[in-house]
This record gives sequence, C-alpha cells and structure tokens, in this order.
Amino acid sequence: MILADVIPFAYLVATVLFILSLRWMNDPRTARQAVFAGVAAMLIAVVATWIGPEIVNHVWIVVGIVGGIVVGIPLSRVPLTAVPQRTALSHAFGGMAAGLVGVAYFYLWRSHNPQNLTPFRTGALITENILGFLTFTGSLMAAGKLQEVKWIPQRPVTYKGQNLVNMGLLIAAVVIGILVVLNPTSPLAGALFPIVVALALLFGVLLIIPIGGADMPTVIAILNSYAGLSASALGFVVNNKLLVTAGALDGSSGLILAVIMCKAMNRSFTNVLFGAFGQVQAAKASGEAKTVKSATPQDVADIMTNADRVVIIPGYGMAVAQAQHRVHELYDQLTKRGIDVKFAIHPVAGRMPGHMNVLLAEADIPYESLVEMDDINPDMAQTDVCLVVGANDVVNPAARHDKSSPIFGMPIIDADKAKTIIAIKRSMNPGFAGIDNELYYDDKTLMAFGDAKQVIGDVVKAVNGEGASTH
Amino acid sequence: MEDAAAAETLTRARSATAQLRYSRSHMASTEFWSMLFVFMLATFVGLQVIQNVSRLLHTPLMSLTNAISAIAVVESISLTGADYPTPIRILGVVAVFASITNIVSGFLITDRMLKMFKTTRQGDRK
Repeated sequence: MILADVIPFAYLVATVLFILSLRWMNDPRTARQAVFAGVAAMLIAVVATWIGPEIVNHVWIVVGIVGGIVVGIPLSRVPLTAVPQRTALSHAFGGMAAGLVGVAYFYLWRSHNPQNLTPFRTGALITENILGFLTFTGSLMAAGKLQEVKWIPQRPVTYKGQNLVNMGLLIAAVVIGILVVLNPTSPLAGALFPIVVALALLFGVLLIIPIGGADMPTVIAILNSYAGLSASALGFVVNNKLLVTAGALDGSSGLILAVIMCKAMNRSFTNVLFGAFGQVQAAKASGEAKTVKSATPQDVADIMTNADRVVIIPGYGMAVAQAQHRVHELYDQLTKRGIDVKFAIHPVAGRMPGHMNVLLAEADIPYESLVEMDDINPDMAQTDVCLVVGANDVVNPAARHDKSSPIFGMPIIDADKAKTIIAIKRSMNPGFAGIDNELYYDDKTLMAFGDAKQVIGDVVKAVNGEGASTH
Repeated sequence: MEDAAAAETLTRARSATAQLRYSRSHMASTEFWSMLFVFMLATFVGLQVIQNVSRLLHTPLMSLTNAISAIAVVESISLTGADYPTPIRILGVVAVFASITNIVSGFLITDRMLKMFKTTRQGDRK
C-alpha cells in the first residue's frame, strides 16, 4: 500500500523539479543548476516506475537503457554546427517513442482490457499517434536537410496543389481516426488503426519537403512543440499526470520559440508551413551596373583600430567558414586597445533558435558582449564600424522599404546606420535566398572579398603589425 | 434460510457491480477533466517560465526540454517490464531506447553548451 503512494509522490517531486529546471534556465548563472534538477527529476521518475509492482522483467529494460546510453553519448558530442541536426533527430526519437507506446497500448487494450478504450482515451490515443508519427518522419526529414544528406533535396520542393494534398492527407487521417474512436474494439478499427499511423508518417514527410534552409529555425521549434504535445497526449491515454505536465512544458517551450522565430522573419505560422519560401524567387535582374568599394585586410585593420565602438554582425556563413575563433582573436585585439566591441545577434542567425550565441560562446566570447537585435539597434547610429561576417538578409535595408522584396517587413539589424560598414563576402553573388543586398552598394560600405576565416585572420595580423610599429 | 441468504448476497453483489460500472464510466470522465486541468495549468506555467529565458540560451533550452519530454520513458518501462505479450514488449523496448537516447544526449549536450557560456570576469581570472 505504501508503494502505491510512493510512485505518485515521486512523480510529484519530479514535476516540481522539471518546472524549477526551466525556471533556472532563465539566467546563464543558474542554468547549470537547471540541468542537475532535470537529471534528478528524470532519475526519480525512472526509479519510482521501475520499483513498481507490475515490473517483473528487468533484462529488456536494461537492454533498452544501455542501448540509449551507447547512442546518446556520441550524439551529445557532435560539433556545435551540427546541434540543429541533433535536435531535430531527438524530436524524431521523442515522437517515435510516444507513438510506439500509443500503438502498444491500443493493441494491448483491445485484446486484454477493452473497457480501457473509452472514447476520451481512444481520442487522445489517436491524437497522440498522429502527432507522434508526423513528428517522427518530419523531424527525420528536417535533420536530413540540415545534415545535407544526399537523397533529401535541400532546396524547397514545391508542386501545384501541394497544400491541398497535405491538408487532404491530414483530414483523411483524422476522419479514419474518428472511425476508430467510434468503435475501437471492432475488427474494422484494428485494420484502420495502422492506416492512421501510415498517413501520419507520410504527412510528416510531405510537410517538410517544401521547407527551405531559411525557415529551419521555425520548423525545428514547431516540431519541438509537436514532440512535447505528443508526450502530453500520451499522458492523457495512460492517465499519467507527470507525462501531461512534462509534455506541456516542452510543447509551450516549442511554441514560444516558434513565435519568436516567426516574428523575427515577419511571417506567420501558416506562411512558414504552407508557403514555401523558395517559390517567391523571381529575383529581378537589376539592370543598372552598381559599383562597390573594396578594401584590403590592411584597410580594414586601420579603420577598426581607429574606431571607439565596433559592432560585429555574425551570420551562419561565419560558422560555415569556421571563422569564429579568428573573430575571437580580433575581438581580443580590439578590446585590448580599449575599443568597445559588441556582437549583434539576429534571432534567426544560425540554423536554430539561439544557435549563433552558442557558436560564439564556444569561441570563448563572453556572453555580455552578445547583444540582441532590439537592444543594439538604437545604438547603431553611434557605432563607428560595423563588421558584417557571413550575414546577409538580416542586414538588408530593403526589408524596411522595398515592398517587392521577399524579405520586406522582416526586422533587421540597422547596419546601414553605422558610420562605416565593412562586409566580408566571397563574391558579389547574392546569398542563399537569392536576394540582392543594397547595403553593399552604400557609399559608407567597404567590401572585403575572400573567405571569412582567411580575411579575418589577415586583419588580425595587420592589427598586430600596427600595434608593433606604433609601440 | 440458506437460499434466502444466497439470494441476498447475489443481489448485493449485483448492485455493487452496477455501482462499480457506473463509477468507472463516471471516473473516466472526471479523470479526463482533471487531466485537462493539469494540461492547461502546465501549459501556462511553461509559457510564463519560458518567456523569461534569455535568448542567449534558446539552443540549450531546446535540448533541455527535449530531454524533459523524453519522460515518456516511464510508460515505455512499464510496457517493457510488465508481463505483457512479446510484441508489446518489443515496442516498449524500442521506446525505452529512443527515450533514453534523448535523455542522455539532451542533458549532456545542454551541460556541454552551458559550460561554454563565460563572463568577462571569469575570462580575466584565467
């Protein structure tokens, strides 16, 4: 009898710890505590379940756990540029686990406890299955696109009537699901159930096919939300409040991140999921020959060492060129001379929410120097030099005034307001989204052409050389 | 005498069964509503708490919540460890594997990323 109270009590403690864990995540100073709380909660929940009276076979559980540890440890050591893929993969695993548990209970109850299949529970089970399995294949596709797996197209794949096909599939899955709920113990339901699963799996794939690289941060956040909601729905099925709570926390976290990402791109949820970015591109060839000013690393070094205030705007291109450690050297050299150096971080910089912060933190740049877009924009006019490394769309002034631009309305970092702008770029080819950037043709802008890592390395050398000659 | 007693016992048993049946369907519905309450409250707590998470930490936040939502591991353990038919337990063990993978990699990578966030003061001391 005491044991019957131990398990709910343990689950209650775990729930409190999970909430505290997220609470401590608010601040970098308490964030590591958050991980301890999360681990403690998970251990308590697992042990409490394991000692329960109905657990009689232990070997298989150990096999599952050992397998998870063997795969989990290498997955936690991936390079930080690969963190978005890992995250998508873990959404896939989460969706799959929830989905499989749902399937198991459906067939278990059909043959052993049909009275458990109440309309409520069966309804929750179908919901949980659709969410779980669409998250599974959708996240696998997203992970594949991020990892640039060969047989998954990187570019958005669109065709006529795509949204109709997708919506039709989802509606079909829901309708068949309702048929199962109406009479879950009938032979028909037993045959229809796998069809619901298959449709959800297919829907997940088709949902991600039209998504391009620029939308990945939003999509990952949405899939995060789905993975949480499927765990929560599983809690409804098996009457477990710990699952409901933990799943809801994850679901709301994903939702908040998705909303932030959408706002940062001035797009709506439906627009991200159903209005492929790629098809808008009818990039008008600008007839007039515009001229740009170019600068050598030595010029860049001279300008930067004479500045009081420098803002560096990094984009994913910096990580692709593996230039973050050179950027750190530059940061060190400039701060040593008393120059105020800040990094302006756009919310969608990188391939997932917060990605750029982690990439810069890895390069040992103190987090106080990382400033969010909204906080740095008012100071841009007082900035002497603004260095753009691997960023493009997030500094394009066309977003403010050019209604024909696909990025019109997107909040940008006001790089053009700085006194001098230096942009490092391989060539004048338009970036990933194929949009021409008028910032490069600005009178105040100097272009430093070349590989970001190489160019910044040369700038650092030039800055050092100057230091040696003047002192 | 004995017949009467037996009949009474039978009637009592029947009414008890009926009551049980009523309370079970009644319970199923209250159960559902209490779950919905928990879900709603947890969503609000989640929205409130996570709104305050610094944007600096959004990537670690996502890997942390990944690990937390792998709490489905408890149901996977129940399925795998109980005396159920083998196909059910196979589904269970795959779910245990997937959940533990998320828990282990999620917590470890979160901690690894958080260790990288340094303040200037720490940097000076070194």
